[in-house]
Amino acid sequence: MKHAEIAVIGGGPAGLMAALAAAEMGAKVTLVDRNSRLGGQLVKQTHKFFGSEKEYASIRGIDIGRILATEVHKNPNIETMLNSTVVAYYPDDGVLGIEVEEKKWVKMKAERIVVATGASEKYLLFENNDLPGIYGAGAVQTLMNEHGVVPGKNVLMVGAGNIGLIVSYQLMQAGVNVKAIIDAAPSIGGYWVHASKVARLGVPILTSYTVKAAYPNEMTGALERAVIWRVDDRWQPVPGTEKVFNVDVMCIAVGLSPLAELLWQAGCKMMYVPELGGHVPVRNDNMETTVSGIYVAGDVAGVEEASSAMMEGRLAGLSAAKSLGYDDGTYEEKKAEALKELENLRSGPVGGKIRKGLAQLAS
Amino acid sequence: MLATNGIPTAEELAPRIPPAERLKKGPVAIIECFQKIPCNPCSTACKTGAIEKFEDINDLPSVDLEKCTGCGLCISKCPGLAIFVVDETYSEMEAAVSLPFEFLPLPAEGEEVDVLDRSGKTVGRGKVIRVRNGKYEDRTPVVTVAVPKELSMVVRNIRVGGDRR
Repeated sequence: MKHAEIAVIGGGPAGLMAALAAAEMGAKVTLVDRNSRLGGQLVKQTHKFFGSEKEYASIRGIDIGRILATEVHKNPNIETMLNSTVVAYYPDDGVLGIEVEEKKWVKMKAERIVVATGASEKYLLFENNDLPGIYGAGAVQTLMNEHGVVPGKNVLMVGAGNIGLIVSYQLMQAGVNVKAIIDAAPSIGGYWVHASKVARLGVPILTSYTVKAAYPNEMTGALERAVIWRVDDRWQPVPGTEKVFNVDVMCIAVGLSPLAELLWQAGCKMMYVPELGGHVPVRNDNMETTVSGIYVAGDVAGVEEASSAMMEGRLAGLSAAKSLGYDDGTYEEKKAEALKELENLRSGPVGGKIRKGLAQLAS
Repeated sequence: MLATNGIPTAEELAPRIPPAERLKKGPVAIIECFQKIPCNPCSTACKTGAIEKFEDINDLPSVDLEKCTGCGLCISKCPGLAIFVVDETYSEMEAAVSLPFEFLPLPAEGEEVDVLDRSGKTVGRGKVIRVRNGKYEDRTPVVTVAVPKELSMVVRNIRVGGDRR
């Protein structure tokens, strides 16, 4: 049985920051990630990030991932386990079950755990939604930005949140034609600057539209045509408003939901908060869940921007280390700083939904 | 309308456009940032103090038109690619518009390109005066294009090598 002072599960923006913060306090950290390299979703984010200098604003996600991963790798307090998927938590003795390189089964007992497992993509119900050529936005980004493969020639993007807008821009950069971006909501959910970026490339954004059906090519069986229709103010489709797009790719970007399986296994109290993407763990302002010693950070704690995920990670890492007695006298100050930064990031109009969700979670 | 199609209306744009007297004096930054989002690299990038420091990171940037020299150091630092520099004194008939351009191929200096408005519609032709693509720009090249003066507040994109759509 392996032993760890602090196990951080997930090496995305939240997990990387948690590991670095805990190590900075002097704790020994084991960072576990299922991929072959650290960074989580950062490895495919080719755009420059928002936020302030504290969250590496104006630096591309791919570069932030590299910067943080390099710091982690050279930190003597952090051990990294790659190609390692935490698939189980046994609440009776607090042991983690880890599948390593798809062949070894490793058990690990950690004194503290930071769960930073991120989120998974939501999907959309419509006729033929399983045709080849219909992708989640994450898959399109992985193909294109990690492996240099374009998904097709003509794309209908479904979802005008930040992910839908950003992936549309990246598709256009790769020479793929985005025919339109549609969203069932009456207004654009993503940042307007992202919307303006694709608008001036000539990509139309159609709000109050949803997918009616997809149709395959008779020979290949792959997507050939998509039909959309308008929804009214009660989200009901309006017959007669159909539009047809000849596309070989449909990209679904309709939101994320927290990857909280480990938290369920651990018996953490969960609450359904739509504003945060689904079931999220109840926690205190140290990011500790209702199960003592288990902390959370990033999208698993509520789907939000990477900048907030980083700050939550820092907070969780600092607090987990502190609870083990690691504090050189700077803890309170560093915690207050991270809390203040989180408050700043969430204080504006675009943070309204998150604030509402967090208030519900705290009640 | 920004909220429904990403294209600002004349009313939405109006507060961001400097007065004619200022435009007559030389290049100036135009920040087409209309939504309070938590983001401040424009102000940290500004060397002349023209983009005022944010009290709240969610503030909209405001440009001190007297302090702004139109140097363009903010253009490639804006993660939203929302900053442009317009110089209406470039020549008698032309204005120079500097814009962020993250597409390949990059135009060569001296090359003629299509110039596009905020909806991606081609509105004319322009001549590329300058391409800044150094370490500072960090893969967000800044292209300066000379356009007919009446298009200085219309042109916000270019297309190199004709329409491929």
